[in-house]
Amino acid sequence: MKPVLDRINQGEILVCDGAMGSLLMDRAKEYWQGTCPEYINLSHPEIIEEIAGLYIRAGADIIETNTFGGSPLKLAGYSLHDKTEEINHAAIKAAKKASGNKAYIAASIGPSGKLLKPFGDTEPEEMYKSFYRQIDVSIDAGADMICIETMTDLNEALLAVEATRKISASIPVIVTMTYEYTSRGFFTIIGISIEMAIKKLENSGVDIIGSNCGNGIENLVLIAKEYKKHTRLPLIIQANAGIPELREGVPVYPETPEFMAKKCEELIQIGVSIIGGCCGTTPAHIHAIRNVVDLNNSQCPQLSRSSDR
Amino acid sequence: MNILQQISDQIDLGDDEKVYELTTTAIEQKIPVKQILDEGLLQGMNIVGRKFKEHEIFLPEVLMAAKAMNAGMELVKPLLLSGNVPMKARVVIGTVRGDLHDIGKNLVGVMLKGAGFEIIDLGNDVTPERFIETAKAEGAQFIGMSALLTTTMPVMKEVVDRIRSENLEDKIRTLIGGAAVSKGYAEEIGATAYCYDGSNAIDYLNSVI
Repeated sequence: MKPVLDRINQGEILVCDGAMGSLLMDRAKEYWQGTCPEYINLSHPEIIEEIAGLYIRAGADIIETNTFGGSPLKLAGYSLHDKTEEINHAAIKAAKKASGNKAYIAASIGPSGKLLKPFGDTEPEEMYKSFYRQIDVSIDAGADMICIETMTDLNEALLAVEATRKISASIPVIVTMTYEYTSRGFFTIIGISIEMAIKKLENSGVDIIGSNCGNGIENLVLIAKEYKKHTRLPLIIQANAGIPELREGVPVYPETPEFMAKKCEELIQIGVSIIGGCCGTTPAHIHAIRNVVDLNNSQCPQLSRSSDR
Repeated sequence: MNILQQISDQIDLGDDEKVYELTTTAIEQKIPVKQILDEGLLQGMNIVGRKFKEHEIFLPEVLMAAKAMNAGMELVKPLLLSGNVPMKARVVIGTVRGDLHDIGKNLVGVMLKGAGFEIIDLGNDVTPERFIETAKAEGAQFIGMSALLTTTMPVMKEVVDRIRSENLEDKIRTLIGGAAVSKGYAEEIGATAYCYDGSNAIDYLNSVI
């Protein structure tokens, strides 16, 4: 496969996968009672492979691994920190098996679940080491990219970037932050604005930045616009399928594949480089997004679609 | 400036050492302990809660303020207990079974503690049995439940139903919140109240106790 950043720099829009958690819940809920979803990587890797396969067939160019909570700090909550290496290694192996070199494997690196001093109780050094351990095994196992995601504390995100760059100067790094809409604009719960995030991230050695989770596609269109105002780095956007609504007493994610795909046209106009989904999205959403993206890519003169896909 | 006002201001600034010093002084000056609590410590957290609600400040500032308030509470609490000044109410909180998202729940806990409530935090992945048994054993009047996932929200209904079937509705009231939860859902399942965030929960609790 061609390096992912080359494709982005040539103007191609890439599609990332959708939600992992809800598909895992459908297939494997009984297996992780009392433990964490990442444990499935070890106990039932075939389920992880199956889900990755669904998204690849739906048209995803990038597959995220089931390692969102795979840092030793987070795994320690389930006394699984000693298995950090095995859990992360197994996740990448399963995704790679599904991909057969047709999709890039992005190692998902989620928040540590701890808060940094002074307002929290965790030393930056401890958090850095935790990320380092997870990212080290991910790169070693063959991840094509590192996706540091759903961050609300900028300093935590920066520690993960620093750890990645210590291990590899060249692996593409994504950082996504999660924002909440307030009367004063978009902020993370830690109080980070989009502009503040970009200012620090731009000098940190990251390649792709953006936002995931917390919002449906309409707010993420607004967030993407704000990002574009402040940066020339390639952007990634992964929206939730809306905020859950009640339908006959059952909570459901309201945004349909068609609705999200239609709104993705706006993301494309803004100049977003990678579009995927977060909570509540399914292979059907990714398939619909794929169609919109294909239409755009086919109209992009720099792309010779026949080669290198 | 009035020392109680100073305590309140230092909580707002998140300075735990100053709050500790000032509270010590206030106790030495024989200011009634209830007054130190209400007009100093809780007043400070009220201001912080309002600022948080209006997005003037965010999680770190609230946590720093709560730390500062706890520094004062440590001094005041033994006096309150010996003076028979009741704590406001006991609230059992947790993220429901199958759900591991606890940032929001923790924040609500910190803010409720800050507002003078006694919090029993069961963590995440909490079963309906544990919520109810703990509330019964600890004599808590409220159960606060959080869920982020649509798949785990029905656990809230299990808790509400169980409270009803055990005829505990008058003794234990249920508060629900979390990203996936709405006022409509609270009404649908018969929870006592929907709380959007920590300051919302404080407003509700203060209005009913």
